[in-house]
Amino acid sequence: MGLHADSIDDNLEIKNTTCYMCACRCGIRVHLRNGEVRYIDGNPNHPLNGGVICAKGASGAMKQYSPARLSQPLMRKPGSDRGSAEFAEITWDKAFEVMTERLAKIRATDPKQFALFTGRDQMQALTSLFARQFGTPNYAAHGGFCSVNMAAGMIYTIGGSFWEFGGPDLERARLFIMLGTAEDHHSNPMKIALSKFKRNGGKFISINPVRTGYSAIADEWVPIKPGTDGALLLALIHELIAQGLYDRDFLVRYTNAGQLVNQDSLDDRFGLFVEDAATESVNEMFPQNKLWWDRFTNLPVATHSPGSDPFLLGHFVLACGTPVVPAFQLLEERVRQYTPEWASGVTGIPADSIRRLAYEMGVIARDQKIELQIPWTDSWGNEHETVTGNPVAFHAMRGLAAHSNGFQTTRALAILMSLLGTIDRPGGFRHKAPFPRAIPPSAKPPNSPEAVKPDTPLEGLPLGWPAGPDDLFVDEQGSPVRIDKGFSWEYPLSVHGLMHNVIVNAWRKDPYPIDTLLIFMANMAWNSSMNTVQVREMLNDKDEKGDYKIPFLIVCDAFQSEITAFADLVLPDTTYLERYDVMSMLDRPISEFDGPIDSVRVPVLPPHGACKPFQEVLIELAGRLGLPAFVHPDGSRRFCDYPDFITRYETEPGSGIGFLAGWRGSNGEKFMKGEPNPKQWEMYAKNNCVFHYKLPDSYNYMRNWNKGYMEWAQRMRIRRFTDPVLIHLYSDVMQRFRLAAQGKGKKARHPPEHLRERIETYFDPLPFYYEPLEDQLVDKVAYPLNAVTQRPMAMYHSWDSQNAWLRQIHTHNYLYVNPALAQQNDIQDGDWIWVESMWGKVRCMCRYSEAVEPGTVWTWNGIGKSSGAWHLEPDANESQKGFLLNHLISDVLPVEPGKQCISNSDPVTGQAGWYDVRVRISKADKEELKQSWPQFAPMPELPGTRGFKSRWLVYFAGKGELK
Amino acid sequence: MTQLALVIDLNVCVGCHACVTSCKSWNTSGSAGPLADANPYGADPSGTFFNRVQTYEVGQFPDTETVHFPKSCLHCEDPPCVPVCPTGASYKRESDGVVLVDYDKCIGCNYCSWACPYGARELDEHRKEMSKCTLCVDRIDNEALPKDDRKPACVMACPTQARLFGDIHDPASEVSVAIREQGGYQLMPEWGTRPSNHYLPRRKMVIQLQDDQAGRVDNPLKVDGKLLKPRIDEPALDDVTSW
Repeated sequence: MGLHADSIDDNLEIKNTTCYMCACRCGIRVHLRNGEVRYIDGNPNHPLNGGVICAKGASGAMKQYSPARLSQPLMRKPGSDRGSAEFAEITWDKAFEVMTERLAKIRATDPKQFALFTGRDQMQALTSLFARQFGTPNYAAHGGFCSVNMAAGMIYTIGGSFWEFGGPDLERARLFIMLGTAEDHHSNPMKIALSKFKRNGGKFISINPVRTGYSAIADEWVPIKPGTDGALLLALIHELIAQGLYDRDFLVRYTNAGQLVNQDSLDDRFGLFVEDAATESVNEMFPQNKLWWDRFTNLPVATHSPGSDPFLLGHFVLACGTPVVPAFQLLEERVRQYTPEWASGVTGIPADSIRRLAYEMGVIARDQKIELQIPWTDSWGNEHETVTGNPVAFHAMRGLAAHSNGFQTTRALAILMSLLGTIDRPGGFRHKAPFPRAIPPSAKPPNSPEAVKPDTPLEGLPLGWPAGPDDLFVDEQGSPVRIDKGFSWEYPLSVHGLMHNVIVNAWRKDPYPIDTLLIFMANMAWNSSMNTVQVREMLNDKDEKGDYKIPFLIVCDAFQSEITAFADLVLPDTTYLERYDVMSMLDRPISEFDGPIDSVRVPVLPPHGACKPFQEVLIELAGRLGLPAFVHPDGSRRFCDYPDFITRYETEPGSGIGFLAGWRGSNGEKFMKGEPNPKQWEMYAKNNCVFHYKLPDSYNYMRNWNKGYMEWAQRMRIRRFTDPVLIHLYSDVMQRFRLAAQGKGKKARHPPEHLRERIETYFDPLPFYYEPLEDQLVDKVAYPLNAVTQRPMAMYHSWDSQNAWLRQIHTHNYLYVNPALAQQNDIQDGDWIWVESMWGKVRCMCRYSEAVEPGTVWTWNGIGKSSGAWHLEPDANESQKGFLLNHLISDVLPVEPGKQCISNSDPVTGQAGWYDVRVRISKADKEELKQSWPQFAPMPELPGTRGFKSRWLVYFAGKGELK
Repeated sequence: MTQLALVIDLNVCVGCHACVTSCKSWNTSGSAGPLADANPYGADPSGTFFNRVQTYEVGQFPDTETVHFPKSCLHCEDPPCVPVCPTGASYKRESDGVVLVDYDKCIGCNYCSWACPYGARELDEHRKEMSKCTLCVDRIDNEALPKDDRKPACVMACPTQARLFGDIHDPASEVSVAIREQGGYQLMPEWGTRPSNHYLPRRKMVIQLQDDQAGRVDNPLKVDGKLLKPRIDEPALDDVTSW
């Protein structure tokens, strides 16, 4: 037929593994021709993507053969400056020698001096185990600057959250509301579901300042001002309650709406739920002896007493004289002020639209109920013949989370979803195993400096879920123990740590200096820091003796990037196609609504050069350092390599719980729990790299209160307790912190004086709206605009500019500006402009867009690059026309005289307030360079990188040039 | 006679570009490849793609639509690119109507791309040969592939299944049904090219609520003593009117 080479696909080999072009974790088939990547497509038998793939996944070959790939361990040349990227190749033996000597000394003296922070690594179960065994509390992944508000806000309310934790059931929903969602996350499952949903005739509403990707196909776009989602959600709650459009039966049985709250303001238990001394608490961590005020007897009764039904509204007095109210009464009082008219002024959404949205949600939830013929038994022993669904589903992510008011906003969303009666029900929100978890989950961080001891594992997990001030990781003065000040009074519920604080705090020696910082897969010298320029200076800053303020920086990554330039030691990681990996139940598995799923990667290609998977580095280091879980009592290594570790490691000797849940037991006959199986990897490889346990229908819904599911989960050791997980409409966890700030409780811990007011204000047991912290401090006349970033679907973070195919889709970024706004500033489409915030300025190009609300400007995240980084040529568009919005963002907020400076983070969780920045725009002078600003000295080529010199890339797999 | 074609559903396309790079990946190493990239890591990279997604904005804020528009060769029934070819390289395959380029005959003169009103052809600047979407004939003809896989790479990849593939001359095919029932349309029919590929338009779902739908007799507020009946002794017209 005249096309080239007809029989070229002879001798193809197809290998299944799991994608890692983003964090979505789809099943892929890698087609190899003569050992080179000929094609990557979706695995049709994979539960996550069912055969489809995305732009990134299909471009894996260009990542595998990227010229930016590192191939040798590198050591900074003596006398060279950090950032100048002058390196010498060294052997792995030398690299391990250097690390072992340094880390052994730290571990024997003060383990805190070693900090391990990782990007979106998908291996937090291993990295946190390493940190804990080392004995350092200074460990976290990137959640603190990603979306911890979304995780914490929802887990502290409904015991689960979006993405890996749970999601919208779009197969059965009739109305779907999406608020501010990153388009590069959980993307294929979301795209698959959105399409089915629309084809099934559901209505899709997108609430977002910008109309891109998913929002493009929304039936209705509701533009909103960034950071004001909380106001909208509270007004929706106001309207639903005012109209009686809430699911009362659901609230009564499955939430704490009817539970009586102590209203005696002089009592140490003010604002906490009344616990009935006459009834057994059942579980001291999660006491169940709460009270309702029964409508039939007009008397207090134990909750869920047969034949009783509580008042949700009203004021009552207990026999002992204590005034009490149902939690719902307090919610109703709280939202009275949040009228649609009020919210309209804050959000920019017309009041009538807000009211209509509330009615659409409320009426569809109420009138289009789903009844599934699935019998189940609730936690109180009542048998139900059917499972009911109210088909209104929501999804939200960073657009809500990345604001300093994001925790309370997320709480408001979870409460709205609960009022509509949509939690773990068909057509609403569905959990994914191991969720639902207790509120909050049982794992706690250590709570005193005593937990850190030389040559000893850390007492407790580095990250956990505080339930009150006693769980904070602070010393007697209330000062933080962690370098990032996680779990301190400054951010008590920083459940994912605060990666964005590490370099700044270490540089400031606040709360103390550290010696060695190991960064895995996070571009802290570029788009993973809020204040990029300063961080680059801090990394390179020396004390009066001429020593670096952060003495030793190790970076492990597969690619040359902005951060590798600053490392003292660079460790070359493999790509995802070259290694074993687990998506573990101990970490963030890929579970679906119908049961637990975990999965693996298996190598389909040999490692490039001397690349070594980071997992192997940790196993090797742990062996050399003699970390107890990794060595025999005589100090010899227990695990020969990472696959061996995954097969044989158990959380405790004989626990039967390990990294992988499938094919456990000596013959692979057990799952979730069972002794190690030496053939486990083979069994995963034979089964599409996936283990999927499908729950029976009766365990598939209402899991917070499903007796059968809870008992199954307990037997499988997914859960410790079988207690029902009642939704926290009212958060007594928050109230405990507030009471501490109010000085209640003689023996209790109290916040230091300078944080008292902050804790009292933001630890409100009911959601409330406040302007993001930066908005409260900035001159809004001088900086009238919000600036945010969006994630393009064809790029993942800063990773893909090195990818020859993907960079042609996003070669550089523009600032998108509504034409009405641009014209007020005399700016034409395509003009070079200046964008200024209180903190800095950038020069970039303007692109007109009618798809952005006029008070907001936005750009794609992470497209702009530093010159020469990612092995792009110094004049590549990414550095010459592309720009980074981070230069406009600060990690700290303006200091009021006499006050300590505070981090630009949510005061509850420490989530970085990325999306709070306010800016102004102006036209660049005609005489100015047509080049983005700031610019940085071009990064030189690193030793061992593959490089690429030709004008042409003529890729045809199998020629044998790239093996 | 068979006429294979793509029907692209703009109602669900989110513009993710999965079709773009899946096409590139399959075809650069396939019988239509390689598809070269100029300046792959430098300024203004520019490569050969058989399929691209363009994004348009329609309307003014706040009534803005963002439309993602995937575009590739439309495999016209009367393809203007075929008769203009001086060497006979550009041809329409009789068996299934796929428009192809015989690389052995192509001299890279560009006449066909000038004749194409849709801009669907790209001269591979490295090979100096005209290249375009083949509907992945090396997949759909390839009996070594499992039957389910004998579809264009873009169709296999598409997460929203916005790309339907089949015979538009078969009235019972999925694509013919979609065109018929969902308002499928051709691009620039006035050119008389009779493009085989069709597009399905955006369709909007609207919820019509009547004012009286919010209220209900079982309003839960009544249970908790709100929306109370008036007290019996409250004033009423009954007490003060006497006629």
